[in-house]
Amino acid sequence: MTEPGALVGIVLISHSDALAREAVALAVQIAGADVRVAAAGGTDDGGLGTSVDKVSSAVEAVDQGAGVVLIPDLGSSVLTARLLEEPGSVVIADVPFVEGAIAAAVAAGMGATLQGVLDAAEDARTYRKL
Amino acid sequence: MDVQFFTAWIEEIARAVADGRDHLTRLDAAIGDADHGSNLDRGFTAVLAALAATPPETPGAVLTLTGTTLIRKVGGASGPLYGTAFRRMGAALGQGDADVTLAGLAAALDEALAGVRKLGGATEGDKTMVDALGPATRALAEAADKGMDAEEALDAARDAAEEGARATIPLQARKGRASYLGERSVGHEDPGAASTALMFRALRAVAGR
Repeated sequence: MTEPGALVGIVLISHSDALAREAVALAVQIAGADVRVAAAGGTDDGGLGTSVDKVSSAVEAVDQGAGVVLIPDLGSSVLTARLLEEPGSVVIADVPFVEGAIAAAVAAGMGATLQGVLDAAEDARTYRKL
Repeated sequence: MDVQFFTAWIEEIARAVADGRDHLTRLDAAIGDADHGSNLDRGFTAVLAALAATPPETPGAVLTLTGTTLIRKVGGASGPLYGTAFRRMGAALGQGDADVTLAGLAAALDEALAGVRKLGGATEGDKTMVDALGPATRALAEAADKGMDAEEALDAARDAAEEGARATIPLQARKGRASYLGERSVGHEDPGAASTALMFRALRAVAGR
């Protein structure tokens, strides 16, 4: 059951704990402190890699009932995200990590639906820097 | 093949991974991130501990516990991939404690192959573990159809896996970390195909005891 006002959650999954955390900080700075964005980077012992336990705790932490978008960087991050996919509630955005995270966080902060957040993240593919 | 057989298989894989750890890591250093040997070693060390803590009572349960532990403990792409493979095998064998036939094992491997292909999106020729797992699974199914005994059938599966792994050397990677390297990936054996061949060698070794 989705509670009124529930926001879509976002989990940034990176091989690197520091990269995931800093991407969250950047997204929150731009999208506002109310957005539910969590970092799931690195292995359980802090090395480069992915931890399914970190990702599933992050999903639980940001899930308010409106769904969660997973944004992985590459390799095992993608495979780990795929293990946790649940159609209609936990979905993967196949997008550039930083730009996708920011676009998704902004859309989620404005109260977009799960599909709306996914679409916003995918739009990030088309952003030009020059 | 009973619960002792499958437990012995997993233990033999763990031993072979520990022995082959540096070799797998060297293969991965050439075209990946140099952690395949250490990741699998960490994963199978955790699997041994899990099997010892709560010894499973059926072949399916051995493989499911192996897969679940690999997914949680490996930390690299091989965790979700091998984890899915063993879990799919475990699910295919079901909850019964009857001996697994060669045909049953072949069907379980086919499920593992389907799970790995779906998760990673790789097909044969992409320079991945699928290049060893696909041929080995087919070889075992054919051997079971022909009514070969376990040792002959597992010889055939091991040979097909090893040949599949060697055949990845001239390929250019189209999936996984190595695919970022483009042509630079040519000339190196795929570490995932090599570790899959190792698991079929372990299977054959256990059948010969």
